[in-house]
Amino acid sequence: MTEKNLKVVGKGYRKKDSQQLLLGKPLFMDDITTGQGTLVVKLLRSPHPNAIVTEINTAVAKKLPGVAAVYTWEDVPKQRFTIAGQTYPEPSPYDRLILDRHVRFVGDPVAIVAAENEKAADAALKVIKVKYEVLEPVLDYHTAKDNPVLVHPEDDWKPMVPVGGDNKRNLVSAESHSYGDVDAVLATCDHIIEHKYHIRAVQQAMMETFRAYTEIDRYGRLHVISSTQIVFHLRRILSQALCIPKSQIRTEKPRIGGGFGAKQTAVNEVYPALVTLKTGRPAKMIYTRKECQICGSPRHEMEVSVRLGAMNDGTIRGIKLYTLSNSGAYSEHAPTTVHLSGTKPLPLYTGNMEAYSFDTEVVYTNLQAAGAYRGYGAPQGIFAVESCVNELAEKIGMDPTEIRLKNMVREGMVMPAYYGHTCTSCALDRCINRAKELFNWAEKYPVRDMGNGKVRTAGIAMAMQGSAISNLDVGSATLKLSDDGTYNLLHGAADMGTGSDTILAQMVAECMDCEPDDVAVLSADTDYSPYDSGSYASSTTYLTGKATEMACEKLKKEICQVAAGMLGCSEDEMKFAGKEVCRLGTDQKVSLKDVSYKLQANSNNSGIVTVSHSSPTSPPPFMVGMVEIELDKLTGKVDILNYLSVVDCGTVVNPNLARIQTEGGIAQGIGMTLTENVTYVDGKPLEDSFMQYKIPSRQDVGILRTEFEESYEPTGPFGAKSIGEVVINTPAPALAHAIYRATGTWFRDLPILPEHIVFGKQPFYDKE
Amino acid sequence: MEVKINVNGRVITDSVDADMLLLDFLRKHGCYSVKCGCETTNCGLCTVFMDDIPVLSCSVLTVRANGHKIVTLEGLQDEAKEFIGFIADQGAEQCGFCNPGFIVNTIALLRENPNPTDDEIRAYLVGNLCRCSGYNGQLRGIRAFLDYRDSRKE
Repeated sequence: MTEKNLKVVGKGYRKKDSQQLLLGKPLFMDDITTGQGTLVVKLLRSPHPNAIVTEINTAVAKKLPGVAAVYTWEDVPKQRFTIAGQTYPEPSPYDRLILDRHVRFVGDPVAIVAAENEKAADAALKVIKVKYEVLEPVLDYHTAKDNPVLVHPEDDWKPMVPVGGDNKRNLVSAESHSYGDVDAVLATCDHIIEHKYHIRAVQQAMMETFRAYTEIDRYGRLHVISSTQIVFHLRRILSQALCIPKSQIRTEKPRIGGGFGAKQTAVNEVYPALVTLKTGRPAKMIYTRKECQICGSPRHEMEVSVRLGAMNDGTIRGIKLYTLSNSGAYSEHAPTTVHLSGTKPLPLYTGNMEAYSFDTEVVYTNLQAAGAYRGYGAPQGIFAVESCVNELAEKIGMDPTEIRLKNMVREGMVMPAYYGHTCTSCALDRCINRAKELFNWAEKYPVRDMGNGKVRTAGIAMAMQGSAISNLDVGSATLKLSDDGTYNLLHGAADMGTGSDTILAQMVAECMDCEPDDVAVLSADTDYSPYDSGSYASSTTYLTGKATEMACEKLKKEICQVAAGMLGCSEDEMKFAGKEVCRLGTDQKVSLKDVSYKLQANSNNSGIVTVSHSSPTSPPPFMVGMVEIELDKLTGKVDILNYLSVVDCGTVVNPNLARIQTEGGIAQGIGMTLTENVTYVDGKPLEDSFMQYKIPSRQDVGILRTEFEESYEPTGPFGAKSIGEVVINTPAPALAHAIYRATGTWFRDLPILPEHIVFGKQPFYDKE
Repeated sequence: MEVKINVNGRVITDSVDADMLLLDFLRKHGCYSVKCGCETTNCGLCTVFMDDIPVLSCSVLTVRANGHKIVTLEGLQDEAKEFIGFIADQGAEQCGFCNPGFIVNTIALLRENPNPTDDEIRAYLVGNLCRCSGYNGQLRGIRAFLDYRDSRKE
């Protein structure tokens, strides 16, 4: 590890917005857009999973009091687009219209209503008369490919980059990767573990639902205030969907009530935007929780098939992976999420891996379209591969921590399954050893009968993710010297509660030798922020953070230049020293305040620098999760007693915030594994409210403990990597492992419900 | 219908529809701390005091609050300031959208039971959902506040 001498980075500062948030101040979209005359926008949604709108009569609805406008497919631009927030050209094919005659899932919009108030909008929805030609739907993703029924039969379906898809085969994308001859390797292995794993389209369930406000601003442009992670992508999406130039659009985010990837897709901004453009009036759309559940942007349902080959001594020599992903009715993030189901689990076992293959297919079905959710395909693949490794350990009687230490990736290794990148920072071995000790693995792992029908035992999993998308994502920082010697940091990433605004301010404070309070942060707005891809792919700390660090160095240079001018000497003689700039070898100095006032009088310097940064690599953060459960054999109830996370996210910039990121991710992973079910009946999700869709409460997560085992990532700011996503990957395999220990049954379909445990089987499991 | 409701010490008189929820009435009158997270009484984000008892304002009709005293987080700023720093010291406020309901209900808990055990805290606040924090940070924050409070008493 590199020697560090940091004053601000590494300390648990409070979030800059903590007081305002904790006192309930009006900071969110619906709190700050309270002007009179804002139209309420609502959607009429298809009751059919696959149908053509043959006739739509809005005459009565338009005449109702308080109804300002009703729009149908005839009123919208005919240019297809994607609502996936990705760098242009997007890997997600352009397959959407704002409103389409062909509706493709239960909930697909048929008409847009804008009214003076919610009641009038609801009344209008009830009197729009629609005639449908009901078509046979494709509801089973196993039979979607080459099905005679096409989800997207249209000729203007448009892939922007080749991803192996074909709309005439219901195929969004397909890819194949391999290294070595995996079949030959597997043929000479002592043990083959081969299974299918199923993960459902679980919801992010951020507390603030999707919402956006739109108005015409003082310059006659479309001004959008949206709860979004992707202001710049959103501007482009709106420009394409509405066929207006980007110069006519300004998008900004206020505080965001949680995102988790859901808000990396422009789920509902196009609708109020269309209303504002057509009526010239402010408009607002707030999704209900039910809308979030049935027409949001959930995780991709995937079936991951694994064939893992190993030797008697536990050496893992080859893995064959095939993932079938269900994109639902539209393609958002489909080709890329599925990719992570292989590129995140496979490199974990670089140690002795001689060969692997990884194939994917993503299909369209007439179900709710999926999108981006924390982990982005990694949780699916890691659940499958980690479960196989645990099963192998149980089969050959080897401790599951030992089998991992024997096969894991280590610092300095080249990772064939990770674009051939070298693992430049990795403390995974230390994570596992520390976890064993802190968790008391030797004592917790054995199955302990508690004598009351309950048993206690433990499970383990490890995980990795990335830090930003290599060679693609851009993070930027604009740093300004203010006239009292403090700083303004402008960036385009989105703090969605994570605290990224705060950790970026810590980085400025570290570089500029000041306090985080001396750094005012503002983000994100397409008019004043420097370009940022947005906050997703675990990018903000690593990429926007590095840009921030680089901007500081650049600004220091400019400050020295101005100070040199004031002293009439050369810039090279000046040294930046926080509150002042000193002339080396003399006792001459200029205060930072005087430098900043100089910028305002007879000055040719701006005191403003902007730096953009991309990275050729995406260094993985790593972690180990260990869970202790108590399982009631009579009822099948699983209680989590303890969950230990030992995380290597490189240098920890703010241990408090990194800890909460970890514990929040663990809790979401627990929900996905034990309670959050998604059941479709005739294409309609049954769990359409928090009454049925049970996210964990504070009585469901047990005691969460988080420790950090730092590595030093040379390409990251101050050695930091990412934290946001890696933390959701371990609960599923670790819990499935512990449940196997307690019951003798491997469960491979999430969620694992009490009834599955009591009966010892699952619907999907039976199919295998 | 005409209603007269004391909101944070100020009497508001208004004419409301019979089906207006207290949640919507409070937001209409500037209490933007009151949030809606689910519409099905599951999330606890809309918690306010009605005559000193915490209620879900999404499941109270405005007309039922007629003549009653409502207190939202806007009216509890001083009491909240006593302990929110301990939540901030954990970073557990995160996105903040669920904070108002959580803070109001924590105040209710501590008024009813000034010395709760960890299990009592989990049980009382079980209806306050949070998707960001994993809850443990909130618990550590409350515990740190109680320890600090008790150390000052000694």
